Amino acid sequence: MSITIRIPTPLRPYVGGSKQVNAEPGTVEGILAGLATQYPDLQRHLFTEQGKLRSFVNVYLGDEDVRYMQGTATPVPDGATLSIVPSVAGGAPALQTVKTGAVTLSNAEIRRYSRHLIMPEVGMGGQKRLKNGSVLLVGAGGLGSPAAMYLAAAGVGRIGIMDFDIVDESNLQRQIIHGMSTLGKPKLESAKARMLDINPGIQIDTYFEPLTSENALRIFAEYDVVADGTDNFPTRYLVNDACVLLNKPNVYGSIFRFEGQASVFWAEHGPCYRCLYPEPPPPGLVPSCAEGGVLGVLPGIIGVIQATEVIKLLIGEGEPLIGRLLLYDALDMKFRELKLRKDPTCPICGEHRTIDHLIDYEAFCGSTIQGVSATGTPGVAIEEISVTELDKRLKAGLNGATLIDVREPHEWEIVHLDAAKLIPRLQLPNHLNELSQTDELLVMCRSGVRSGQAAQFLKQMGFKKVKNVRGGILAWARDVDPSAPTY
Amino acid sequence: MLTISTELLTRIYAHLEAGYPNEACGILLGEIDAQDKTVKDLALVANVWETESAREGQRNRYLISPEDVARADRQAGKQGLDIIGFFHSHPDCPSRPSGTDREYAWPFVAFVIVSVVMGKAATTNSWVLRDDRSQFDEEPIVIR
Repeated sequence: MSITIRIPTPLRPYVGGSKQVNAEPGTVEGILAGLATQYPDLQRHLFTEQGKLRSFVNVYLGDEDVRYMQGTATPVPDGATLSIVPSVAGGAPALQTVKTGAVTLSNAEIRRYSRHLIMPEVGMGGQKRLKNGSVLLVGAGGLGSPAAMYLAAAGVGRIGIMDFDIVDESNLQRQIIHGMSTLGKPKLESAKARMLDINPGIQIDTYFEPLTSENALRIFAEYDVVADGTDNFPTRYLVNDACVLLNKPNVYGSIFRFEGQASVFWAEHGPCYRCLYPEPPPPGLVPSCAEGGVLGVLPGIIGVIQATEVIKLLIGEGEPLIGRLLLYDALDMKFRELKLRKDPTCPICGEHRTIDHLIDYEAFCGSTIQGVSATGTPGVAIEEISVTELDKRLKAGLNGATLIDVREPHEWEIVHLDAAKLIPRLQLPNHLNELSQTDELLVMCRSGVRSGQAAQFLKQMGFKKVKNVRGGILAWARDVDPSAPTY
Repeated sequence: MLTISTELLTRIYAHLEAGYPNEACGILLGEIDAQDKTVKDLALVANVWETESAREGQRNRYLISPEDVARADRQAGKQGLDIIGFFHSHPDCPSRPSGTDREYAWPFVAFVIVSVVMGKAATTNSWVLRDDRSQFDEEPIVIR
């Protein structure tokens, strides 16, 4: 007396490659148990640890699924054919339900992460989610530096970093992942080395290229979370839009002088960056760190807040900053929070999406990503004068011209040209009557950006002969007087 | 190692792209000899995953019914072939197996995952579940 059991391809290697095996009649349960006893390797593929048939193992008696008969108690008579038929399931990882089974922790890792493992909010499950998780850091500068180091320390399995910049000494005031040993090297090299020193067990992907509308979607798709640590508006909008289109959370941080902001933009669950800032500010209105300055410790706090949010998203614990804008004032040492609402008319994440692909963000912001263009608003062209020409004019006595320095008094104290007149840019409107209508006005600042805006303003106020000193005091120190201090 | 023709790969991509933004799936039919698998035909089936919730649904889960598997097996048998693997898409996600993939996978056969980004097939990888079910090993795909 015997019955036939048809074996599906995935299980054939465990039964010596046979497409079918024979067994004695009995119930489905008995027959399968006998099969697993005879071929022990089948056990874990057919049964759960509790000994129940795995949900994706289907058993057919002839043409009928036995679950529509008596289930595993179904009797299988002599001569019948029992078929084990797989159904197949799976799927992409859902962020907060990242299954932990795909990854294990070695004993060394268990020791390394013990301070995580002993907290119920993290535990083995959470640490495995971190190991299985991935984050892309856009920018390895002020914000990216602390975030990268702490995410490496936390054991995030795969960390991507995108930065096209080279380490400069002025970075070291705040970008603590870099150092004197990596001056002149790409920031990526420096960041990767430091992160691997903290944690050799993680994978680091580096992207030594600028983020563009051509590469953003392809690169972002590879990661669970994106952390925006960039320093210019076109890139912020690009990061936001790419994240909305791919439905990825965008962990946002920004810093300026003594203030920082942080939030998590995730269109599926709350507002996006455009809901908060539908339009970029006019070019030049919001200075970069190079223009406005930043307290070195500030990105340390905001960057680590970003890393914290990344970790919370990966392990699925705590309350993320979705729909909340965290505001930090370092001078007052105060944290405040604003509620952010999803804008139903948002062109990319609202009810009627009008943006469904990545656009030209530089055009959108009216500036170049490399820096605000000195000519500012289109339509008002400003003539320029080089520092070497200025030097010639000064040596000849600067007749018929006034040199105006539009920087702040504390900058003037660092370095200035004696022949210049200090009128801080935002005070210009109050001093217009001091300026000659007939003289040529030569306007300078630190790098030529603020003076460009000031020059525009003067032209708009009716001064006919206005020129911007291209490159400002930095160009002066580079090309005319190398002994002049720069900052 | 998984060997497949450009023509069959194109058909796979078309089927998965058509299912976007949901996961789509299918069955690989062909010849299998230890670690060498050659795809000779496809069974393009439906994703019959049923539960829809905030966390799970057809956009991030797929299910191939046993009836479709049995039918594909019969079809394969008629052509002298076997079921040698399964393929599915990860919409806007890497073409790497997730914990869910591992939990429900079968050993020995190829699990081909295609990352479909914004409706277009982007990267493709083939994976084989280890005997102890601990993880997948990546296998090379040879396109002929």
